[in-house]
Amino acid sequence: MLEIKNLHARIAEDGTEIIRGLDLTVKAGEVAAIMGPNGSGKSTLSYVLAGREDYEVTEGDILYNGESILDLDPAERSARGIFLAFQYPMEIPGVATMEFLKVAINAQRRARGEPELKVPDLIKKVREASGSLDMDMAMLKRPLNVGFSGGEKKRAEILQMKLLEPKLCVLDETDSGLDIDALKIVADGVNALRSPDRAFVVITHYQRLLEHIVPDTVHVLSRGRIVKSGDKSLALELERGGYAGIVGEAA
Amino acid sequence: MNVHATTTPTRTAAEQALVDGFAARVSDFPGDAATVSARDEAVERLKAGLPTRKVEAWHYTDLRRLLAKVPPHDPTAGVEPLAPVLPDSAILAVRNGIAEAAPAIEGIEIVRVAEALAEGRMASLAPLDGDDVVTRLNTAFVTDGFDLLVAEGQDIATSLELQNLHAGGQVHARFGLKAGRGSTVTVVERQAGTGEALSSSVSEVTVEDDASVRWLIVQEQDAGTSHMAQFRARLGRNARLTLFIMNAGGRLVRQEVRVDQSGEGSDFQLRGVNLLAGEGHTDVTMVLDHSAPHTTSTELLRNVATDRAHGVFQGQIRVDRIAQKTDARMACNTLLLSDDAEFSTKPELEIFADDVACGHGATVTEIDHDHLFYLMARGVDEKTARGLLVKAFLREVVEELDDEPVVEALEAKLDQWFAEHG
Ligand SMILES: Nc1ncnc2c1ncn2[C@@H]1O[C@H](COP(=O)(O)OP(=O)(O)O)[C@@H](O)[C@H]1O
Ligand SMILES: [Mg+2]
Repeated sequence: MLEIKNLHARIAEDGTEIIRGLDLTVKAGEVAAIMGPNGSGKSTLSYVLAGREDYEVTEGDILYNGESILDLDPAERSARGIFLAFQYPMEIPGVATMEFLKVAINAQRRARGEPELKVPDLIKKVREASGSLDMDMAMLKRPLNVGFSGGEKKRAEILQMKLLEPKLCVLDETDSGLDIDALKIVADGVNALRSPDRAFVVITHYQRLLEHIVPDTVHVLSRGRIVKSGDKSLALELERGGYAGIVGEAA
Repeated sequence: MNVHATTTPTRTAAEQALVDGFAARVSDFPGDAATVSARDEAVERLKAGLPTRKVEAWHYTDLRRLLAKVPPHDPTAGVEPLAPVLPDSAILAVRNGIAEAAPAIEGIEIVRVAEALAEGRMASLAPLDGDDVVTRLNTAFVTDGFDLLVAEGQDIATSLELQNLHAGGQVHARFGLKAGRGSTVTVVERQAGTGEALSSSVSEVTVEDDASVRWLIVQEQDAGTSHMAQFRARLGRNARLTLFIMNAGGRLVRQEVRVDQSGEGSDFQLRGVNLLAGEGHTDVTMVLDHSAPHTTSTELLRNVATDRAHGVFQGQIRVDRIAQKTDARMACNTLLLSDDAEFSTKPELEIFADDVACGHGATVTEIDHDHLFYLMARGVDEKTARGLLVKAFLREVVEELDDEPVVEALEAKLDQWFAEHG
């Protein structure tokens, strides 16, 4: 489903290369975990997948269902089913969460040639999804993410993921800022979405999340490259030995 | 450039057209002897020329240069009626400079300005100061309008819409409102038309003690129209005035706001939305006097400028020596949507009292790229995402009016503007 080939990407503004020859393949139905120390380029990878303009791809390619997505803008990528749950979701004053959900859901539906959802159907759908994430509907009247706690923001991201029904879900440190109960709720939400035609790239710094969202593959990112891949036992190995050993070994 | 040219200052085409237009029409203008002499005096001053950027009050709007064309009045121009902004308003329309028969509204006395002029009952034809070109222009040429008197203690449930409409040419209207003690009223002042035109309008509002007035100016002139307007008001003791201004059109627009908070404990709220597109130049210039103790005011403007539009806000707050405990806050925030759009802000506080709280702030920003990315990452296309962000920026000002039908009607106006310019 996702094939990243020798990807090089740099910060558009100053040309600093962050992703330095990254290869990664994720199949439909797979949950791939990306682990790596702070600053290794995990978030940058997620942004490059989503098409953020602040980064330029200088070499290599990203194939999604066999086609390059490098020329697509973030909205077009989203419409094709790529979803990024942000590490730091942005606060957008003045845009009511509910209104935003309506616009986003209907944009997706239009892109797929489905009819737009009417308001009552939409509210019903949102109520069900937010209920399963133990979220208060009253929160959705507030401007998007404004004044949400760290945990509320992360739940709101997963809520959007549930509602938009993407095919490739990239979760950037969704566990950070969550207590253990919230972590379980969020993990259940993700697990409920697992299906043979959907893939996940779960970025995390700690092994903790992977106890709840059990990955099929684990990849270690260091200085912009995947330096080691394995199955879920690699995550445990990292937990015991830290990154230093593996990163050093690869260097 | 011919540096050897030694011409004496000659009138611009626009200045000449004003002088000629006055000569041609003066015998048809309504008014008693005092009105006639007020007109003559006004036109004499106009003959000396329109203000340039050397005049401080006109520094950002060089009227002499910007008022390129003054078409003649066209008595045959047919003006279509216009549905009101608030669905249930009673309409008081001035079409092509002539006031239509007004509906009867309980609690309000309505007089046509043409009659008031003929009977010498229009008191305020004089300019407010030496640079008050808008009033001079209007006084010289005014033909009609409405003068309203809301009786003491009346709470007028029906909103009124005063319309100054044209279909090209020239129109000069005047509106008056006196809200008697303890009365409440909502007025929409609608400035609209089609085609090349010069439109002027002066509104004078007196809010007597304990009365409450909400006045909404909705200006949606044609891209070929120059519009010179002034809103003046005086506030009595514990009087409240909310003035909302939406500028959404016009080639050259000057909207002046002159408010005197002469009543102790009075409150003035100014909210403004300037939607600027095309080649338009829109100038909102406010002079606010806090001239009594315990007066409060807040002025909040939000501007969006695209294409090659240019906007101006001059906000002067003067706090008199005796106006202790004044609380005045002014903010002007602009979102520039194109590289060639511009907005100039000039806040000015003149404070002569020592126990006051006054502040002002101004920002000019572009659409936040991170916000745009976030919305687009959810599948919202760029145009729609920009629209959401711009509307969010403006909406705060509109929503503060805190009256659902009014907010809805104004948001519909925002949507309409975006559909055309977003
Ligand atoms: N837009 C940016 N501007 C400046 N530095 C950046 C930017 N994006 C990433 N970086 C730098 O690139 C490196 C990788 O960052 P990031 O992808 O956020 O790492 P991670 O998510 O693995 O912690 C860091 O050194 C970070 O400071
Ligand atoms: Mg990160």
